Amino acid sequence: MKKLLLGAGFLGVAALMAWGFDQAMFVAPTEATMGDVQRIFYYHVPNAMLSFLFFAISFVASVLYLMWRRSAPERAQTADAWALAGAEVGVVFCSVVLVTGPLWARPVWGIWWTWDARLTTTLILWLIYVSYLLLRRFAEGAQTQALAAVLSIFGALDVPIVYMANRWWRTQHPAPVFGGGPDSGIKDPVMLAAFGWNLLAWAVWGLMLLGVRVMVERRKQRIELAASQAALAER
Amino acid sequence: MTSVAQEQQMAGWFRLVGTHLRKDLRIEWRSREAINAMLFFALLVVVLFSMAFDPTAAASREIAGGVLCVATLFASVSALNQAWTREIRHDVLDALRMTPADGSAMFVAKVLANFLFVSVVQGLLAPVFFIFYNLRPLGDGWLLLAVVPLGTWALVANGTFFAALSIRSRNRELLLPLILFPIFLPALLAMVLAVKTILTGDGSDPHLLWLKMLAGYDVIFMTVSLLLFDTVLHAE
Repeated sequence: MKKLLLGAGFLGVAALMAWGFDQAMFVAPTEATMGDVQRIFYYHVPNAMLSFLFFAISFVASVLYLMWRRSAPERAQTADAWALAGAEVGVVFCSVVLVTGPLWARPVWGIWWTWDARLTTTLILWLIYVSYLLLRRFAEGAQTQALAAVLSIFGALDVPIVYMANRWWRTQHPAPVFGGGPDSGIKDPVMLAAFGWNLLAWAVWGLMLLGVRVMVERRKQRIELAASQAALAER
Repeated sequence: MTSVAQEQQMAGWFRLVGTHLRKDLRIEWRSREAINAMLFFALLVVVLFSMAFDPTAAASREIAGGVLCVATLFASVSALNQAWTREIRHDVLDALRMTPADGSAMFVAKVLANFLFVSVVQGLLAPVFFIFYNLRPLGDGWLLLAVVPLGTWALVANGTFFAALSIRSRNRELLLPLILFPIFLPALLAMVLAVKTILTGDGSDPHLLWLKMLAGYDVIFMTVSLLLFDTVLHAE
């Protein structure tokens, strides 16, 4: 039953992504100054927004883990699974942002990369969460989860700096499309629809990936717990 | 009544910091391991960069802030690891964890000690640095006295915290730079740009924005480090 649901879910997501692709590539009108390359925006921005969401999930789960670590160990384990899954999926989405950005910048700005505040801070954010995943590999035993949770909180402190960097400092990166002042927002309704469909498709895909990853991590935790209890019982 | 108890508690905490600090300073005074190693390492980095880039006077003003910052960064990483490895020997760290004392006092004392060591190294290195790179600040030179300690504090506070975090993992020597450098990057950027503005005197930062950002970074990360240090110390 579970497998059937998962399979149906993946089919649904695939259909949604195909629909979003059609909207972005064929239905939405070509942008006046940038031309077809602007269509990468339908992928770049949703992925950026969602990577922030996943890092936020990882941060909240890390805080919950530290809160419940002593009082509710079982719940804390679930929180830890969410923290790990959020960081992993967030790194994947952030990687998409860092790949699609230069692809767009090369024809429009004439350069692949510039060390402007927002690009730099997004890269720093990516580096911090990669180091989080490395820490989870390197640290051993029960302390891993607490140490990783602490690092995740430090990483999350960087997120507001990333978000505000675009407004505090004059940067080459385009001003925020949404909520960036009276002139912001997408004016063309067809473009807005294409953006919305892609945001929905990537959100459903990402959340599904997150759910599956949490399930796998929970199963791993249970197997490890059973193994350690069996080892104790043998003595 | 409660305020008197709180005051006594605070006084006890400061005494604890003093005790830890005295211990760390005495060990360093007798061995001089950290300062000697850092000094020579930083000197090597300065010489290496000078040879690798062979900068003119104008170019060296542009890059000197970065060289100083990176030299301090590389040199202090080894010393920061040493600061905690020393406590692992003879299980001192486990003994300290068993005392009822607040872990944050130990952390603050270690940060202060490391800050002193790195500052001594910077003070000794500064003349050499100015000679090798033919530097003469064109902006407000006295601002360096605010920028460099703030940047050093950012490095040492985070470095001490993450050294304690990585100390019990496998390949801890490798792990510390891997997790410290990404977190430290915003402070590095602020410090390098602030120093560059001072040395070149280009007036690109009239409101001292980078200096304020550095100070804000110090306050935020020091607060979080203090709050979370006990968790790291007792993570098991």
